[in-house]
Amino acid sequence: MEQAEALEQIQDLTVQLRDMFAVDHVVYHWLSADGEQYGFGTYDPVWVKHYVENDYIRIDPVIIGCFQRFHPVDWRQLDWSSRAAKAFRKDAIGYGVGNQGFSFPIRGPNGQLALLTTSHTTDDASWDDFIQANQREWILIAHFLNRKVLSLAAQRRPEPIRQLSPREVEALTFLGMGHGRAQVAELLNISEHTLRAYIESARFKLGALNTTHAVARAVGEGLIVVGGAAREASGGWPGREDE
Amino acid sequence: MLRYIYGNDLARRPVLKHTMYRDRAVQFAERLHWAVTVDENGEEHDEYDAMNPLYVIWENADGTHGGSMRFLPTSERTMVNDHFSNLLNGERIESPYIWECTRFVLGQQATPRVAAAMMLAGGELMRAFSLTHLLGVFDPRMVRIYSMIGASPEVLGSAGTGRDKISVGLWPFRPEDRARVLRRAQVTSDQSEAWFDLSFGQSIQAMQKVA
Repeated sequence: MEQAEALEQIQDLTVQLRDMFAVDHVVYHWLSADGEQYGFGTYDPVWVKHYVENDYIRIDPVIIGCFQRFHPVDWRQLDWSSRAAKAFRKDAIGYGVGNQGFSFPIRGPNGQLALLTTSHTTDDASWDDFIQANQREWILIAHFLNRKVLSLAAQRRPEPIRQLSPREVEALTFLGMGHGRAQVAELLNISEHTLRAYIESARFKLGALNTTHAVARAVGEGLIVVGGAAREASGGWPGREDE
Repeated sequence: MLRYIYGNDLARRPVLKHTMYRDRAVQFAERLHWAVTVDENGEEHDEYDAMNPLYVIWENADGTHGGSMRFLPTSERTMVNDHFSNLLNGERIESPYIWECTRFVLGQQATPRVAAAMMLAGGELMRAFSLTHLLGVFDPRMVRIYSMIGASPEVLGSAGTGRDKISVGLWPFRPEDRARVLRRAQVTSDQSEAWFDLSFGQSIQAMQKVA
């Protein structure tokens, strides 16, 4: 029951992503090193069944081209030259997958591959624009969705928020206090470029899509205290419970 | 020419592979006396080579290794977070937008041009894959080389002194650096993009034009 609810949740997320990005499809596909697989997404269920029955996992250029890789992949970069790949592509387009696609692979510790894919029917120039506009965000979304799937698959509570490092805490605290990036960099005595690295790292650990969201999450999780030195204080503060 | 090549594809280029690991042994074991492992073939490997990293390799005209470096995303296990977080006061940098760059090595006949080509390749990876930074580990000699080619990292922390000093630093993606690095590498923009496309299929053309 709980499991079913969890699966539904992921399925809903792929639908939301599809609508948000205004694309034909969004699919999450997970494979173990020995070929076990599962997925969620907006493809026609008939295509999914057909894909599994035909063992397309073995010839799908997207799987072959993403396995053991960690860079984002535009499907046009893949090797579609074999007869099997050409037939597969024609079949996929016939089932409404689309003529364009973009996948981001995430490697698991034991050879697992998780892919967040979007596919669409459009011309090359529009797809170039789509990737250029959305690649960066897609990478982070793929990671966050993958974290969610893995925590649900393991039937446990969502992964606890990872500890932020001291620099990350300071950076988010200053941002939360309303300082601009230039000011924060100056306060921490680092360049704005380096500040950005700490902010990116904090966002990733917090599962936050933007900096505002990162600050809000860090406050919500009690990782940062905006508005004073309360964190350093050792007691006697009104309203502060004994620990 | 520059090649971008994942570890599991190196086997297809045995000469390039052997001469890269061999040059690494020369630089890190023989010259710098780092505590690295050199095998019976005179090659230096470590556990991160087993993680199928992405290598950027300058290939000499005769097919041998002229210079290289190794990339892994900091969203996975990395050498910096495993072994050098003491240089960062215990900070762990983790982001799919920040890749670590380790084992920067130059072949024994490498010219300054090769070092510049390596930096160019780092910039092309950042541009094509929407990275914000590269995070590197390097020795004092590399600091001089980076400065010479106009691509100095921001040092986040160091340990040791003199020859034994080792540092961790960040290179941010600055699109405006590209023209200068191309010039130092004596590579045209089209050449660089063509080499990238040869390795990755096709992609960088579609990303922002910066030079």
